[in-house]
Formats: sequence, C-alpha cells, structure tokens
Amino acid sequence: MTDPIVSIRNVSKRFSGGVMAVDNVSIDIAQNEFFALLGPSGCGKTTLLRMISGLDSPTQGQIMIGGEDMALTPPNLRPTNMVFQSYAVFPHMTVMDNVSYGLRVTGVAADEAKRRTIEALEMVKLEHLAERKPDQMSGGQRQRVALARALVKRPKVLLLDEPLSALDAKLRDGMRLELTRLQETVGITFIIVTHDQDEALSMATRIAVMDKGAVQQIATPAELYEQPRTRFVADFIGKVNLIDAAVLGQNGKTANCVAAGLGKIEVGTDKTCGDKATIAIRPEKLKLSTAEPKGASLIKTKATIRDVAYYGDTSHVVADIADGQHLDINVQNNSRVGGSGFDRGQKLWVSFDPQDALLLTE
Amino acid sequence: MAARLKPGQGPLDYGSRLWLKILFAVVLLFLYAPIASLIAFSFNVDKTGVWHGFTFQNYIKAWHNDAIFNALSNSLAIAFCSTIFSTILGAMTALALWRFKFPFKTPFEGFLALPIVVPEICMGVALALFYSKTGMMTAVRDWIWPLNLINIIIAHIAFSFPFVAVVVRSRLVGFNRQLEEASKDLGASEWQTFTNVIVPFLMPSLIAGGLLAFTLSLDDFVITFFSSGPNSVTFPVKIYSMVKTTITPQINAASTVLIVITLLATFIAMKIQAPVKTEKS
Repeated sequence: MTDPIVSIRNVSKRFSGGVMAVDNVSIDIAQNEFFALLGPSGCGKTTLLRMISGLDSPTQGQIMIGGEDMALTPPNLRPTNMVFQSYAVFPHMTVMDNVSYGLRVTGVAADEAKRRTIEALEMVKLEHLAERKPDQMSGGQRQRVALARALVKRPKVLLLDEPLSALDAKLRDGMRLELTRLQETVGITFIIVTHDQDEALSMATRIAVMDKGAVQQIATPAELYEQPRTRFVADFIGKVNLIDAAVLGQNGKTANCVAAGLGKIEVGTDKTCGDKATIAIRPEKLKLSTAEPKGASLIKTKATIRDVAYYGDTSHVVADIADGQHLDINVQNNSRVGGSGFDRGQKLWVSFDPQDALLLTE
Repeated sequence: MAARLKPGQGPLDYGSRLWLKILFAVVLLFLYAPIASLIAFSFNVDKTGVWHGFTFQNYIKAWHNDAIFNALSNSLAIAFCSTIFSTILGAMTALALWRFKFPFKTPFEGFLALPIVVPEICMGVALALFYSKTGMMTAVRDWIWPLNLINIIIAHIAFSFPFVAVVVRSRLVGFNRQLEEASKDLGASEWQTFTNVIVPFLMPSLIAGGLLAFTLSLDDFVITFFSSGPNSVTFPVKIYSMVKTTITPQINAASTVLIVITLLATFIAMKIQAPVKTEKS
C-alpha cells in the first residue's frame, strides 16, 4: 500500500473503569477506500472511530492522518469529519445554517461558504429544504443534513458512525447505494462503523472485523465471506455451519480429519493445523438430494429434515445428521409450485464439495 | 364497583362532573379574586373599601409619593441587577456541575441547594449579622444609587442563583452531547461551541431561571428586611410599613403596577422563548 491516508499503529484504549475497549489495533487505510469497521456492539469499533476523529484519545499507540501524527491535534483541527449516529443536527439552526456551520466557525468568507453550502446541499439533494428546521424533517433527511455538513468541510477522511441504523429498511437500502455513489464522486476516504454485516459487505471495499477490542481480520468483503480466518469471523459474517473436527494428519494442502456427523473426511487447507479444528461451510454450499449423490470427491451424509422455514426466494432447511449434529442448508425456490419441495421428517442426502468447506484453526 | 359512564362521557372526562366544576371555581376564586379586587380598588375614588367611582388619581398620587416611588425603583433596580448576576452565576454553576468531575462534587451540590431549603428568616438574620459585623451595613449607606443597595443585591443573588442553577441543570440533562462533539468536529473552538450550540440550547432555561430570579427578588420581604439599611427600602418592605398604619389606594395602585410589570416580563419571556421551544432530536 502506498502512503496510507490513515495509519493506526498499535492503538489501545483503556477506559477509566479499566475496560480495554480497543486492544493493540493496527490498521492502514488507503486513499479513497471505503473502509468498514465491523463488529458486535461493544467491540470497540466506535471508540476506534472516535480516536481517529480526536473525540477520544488513545491510551497507547499512534494515529497518523495524511502522514502526520495526530496525538496533539484536537478534533477541531483534524482533517476528519464525522457523521454521528444521532446525526447531531443542530436543532436551533436551519438546514442552511447547519451545513454552513463548519465553514462559518473557521472563518471561510461568506460568499464562498454560501457557494459551497449550496453545492453540498445539491450533492445530498436537499437544496429545496435549505430553510427548514431539523424538526420539520424526516430521519433520512436529517441524516443527509449531517452528511452535507461533514462533506462541505472537504475532509481528508469522512467518519460515519452507524449511519444507517436509525433508518427504516427501505430507506436504508437507498442510502447504502447513495453513500457508495457519494464516496465515488467526492473521492474522500470513508470509514464507516457498523454492526450490520450486510451493510459492510455491500458498501465497503475493505472491512476490519473486530471483536472484544481486537481486530480479527482485515480483508475485502468476498475474502471475508469465503476465506474467514477465524471461527468468529466465519460465524459473524453471514450464516455458517461450524463443525468440530479432529485432525488426524496433514498431507500438503489437504488435511485428514474426523468431523462430527460427517465421519472421516479430507478438506483443503493452506495452514498447518493442530489436532483440533473447525470445519466451516456456508448453508448455500450444501446440496440436498433424495437419491445418493454421485461424484467420488463429494462429501455426503444421510440426513433427516427437522425444520423448513420459507423465506420467499429461499427456504432454510435444518437437517439432523449423525452424532447429534445438525446442518443449516439454504435452498433456492426456483419453481412457483411446491415451495422448497422438502418436508419435515423427510430422509435424504446432504452433500458438498470439499473445496467449499474451510478448515479453521483459530 | 365504579359508577357506569353516562352516554357521551369518556372515561377521563372528569371536567363534566359537577363537584369538580365547583372545586375548580372555588380554587379560581381564592387565587384570583383577591388580586382582582386589589386591582379594582386601585381605581376607587374613596379610601374606604366601598366603591365610590372610577379614577386614576391613586396612580398619580403614588407616582408623586416619594417614598413609594423610591421603594419601587429600588426594588426594580435590585431585581434587575440580581437577575443578571444570578442567571450568569447559576448557569455557570449548572454547567460546571454537568460538565466536570471534581472532588466533593456531591456535597457541593448539596450545599448549593441550601439557600433553597434554609428558612428565609435564618438566612435573613445570618446576613444581617454578617453585614453589621463586617461593617458593610453602614459602609454602603452613602454610596450613590443603586450601589447603596449592594447589600440587598448580594443577598438576592445568594438566594436566587441556586434556583437558576437547578432550572438550567435540569435542561442540561436532556442535552445531546454529540451536538457539542459535532460542533468541535466541524472546526469550532470551545468558546464557539459554547456560544453557538450550548447557549441556544439553554436559552429557554436561562429565560425561565432569570424570570424566577426576577420575581423572587421583586417580592422578597424577609431577607431584604434584614439586609436593608434605613435608606434602602424596597417595595415589599415599604408596603409592610405602610400597611401597619392604613391601607391606602396608593398601595393598590403601586401593587397593580408591579403585577403588570411581572406579567409583561413573563409575556415577553414567553415570546422570546417561543421559537427556541421547538427542539427535539
């Protein structure tokens, strides 16, 4: 990576109560990236974002923005701007005054401030509401105000703290696309904090998954989904079947193991494993069939359907296999008649290609 | 078993019940009839309590009565000064308590409420002792007006700023700190954030607190009585001394003026407050 715009080096944050909110995190974020900090609530992602903005200061470590150490720079002098979770739109100011606020307080000339404010309002399609007060606006509009207010400052980095969590589902989808579009047009690095994996996967160019203050994995969305490094990541991103396995031996790129409910199988791995591991397989990569599937390389087992949940485009099937283990399987409902075509109690075969399974050691 | 509803009566339509209407009328009567009669008799021709005709004479006489005029202007000057100072002081106290953590914060908050709970008479006596022992009682006697009222002003600030602090504090509880952070994040300094974001948010409570301080100061008798010298008589104290002899319609007239001033101040304050009132986020 050439010259990261934001460089987080060994940053830790311990709160006065002794809680380690962020634990030795190092991330480099490149110019123009749409970077997501993803994790369950309380994983330290918001604290990390606040440390980048300067609203919190790290207990240890260094944060560099544009190559400069930010340790002694207060938030009002940093080249970052934030869109707050509550939007924090000033209630006593009109939309126009809200958006131009950051320019007015830093002494930008009045006519230039006005021009840039109108430009920013056009960017978020709010120019017709410039004279409104925030309490006459919907949540989605208030958020656009917050966005315009931050963008008008032309920051090097835009920080977004759970920007979509307060919007209803329909608006959220629209806003997701809009944020991606905005990021491409303005060419500013976006760092977004979210607990919603769909949000992160669909918008971000790279994602850092965090748990308990530490970074679990930094990767592109596809990599994260298909190549999770740890059990936590596999489980957090999308749905996954996690099966305990004992590793018997490793032969180059394949490992022989005994997996609960599946017996002795061979799966590919690029790591050296110990004797304990977890086999991870996504529900959509499992196939159900009434007859025994053909193909020597397939891993297959007999199963009994415990439950079928209908979701319109897909059905989620839970099937019991041997050793008290069960598997979640996603089935595409390709035909209008007959739903998924599977019934509770039905006995059939589950199979998967071993290269779709992943051996996790952490 | 509760009584059944009559047709057309909702479960919470208490207003339609006769006994409640009577109660309501009685409360109104005792609250406002005395005030109404006070105002009415300020226009009475006669000194007695019997209506003899309408006149503005009492107002003119009261205006030319130096004692009443001085007392009223003293009261207004004191109220004006103490309102300004106690609003600033109260708001600053509330902000400090809201914002900072410091040792002995809880006891400090407790002591702050003391002027609210301590009986006025105790505070009055304490202040009288304090002023006479330190010599302030006599020292300020010959200062120019309104500086000769400084003892009373200080006393009024002392008992009214905790009220302002309480009002402002309760408003601050509802403050979204992200507003402050947003302001700083957008490049505003600490002071710019204070004047552009925090003060506008506090405005309703500053007005309410200031109004409270104003009325508290205007009608305070006990503490003023103890901390005033012979030449610095306020309106309530003056009326008290006049009432001891006779109630003249001039007192009615001056009181009416006071009521009008207070109502006017309240009205203006509500007008100022109205546009700021619409904030929720």
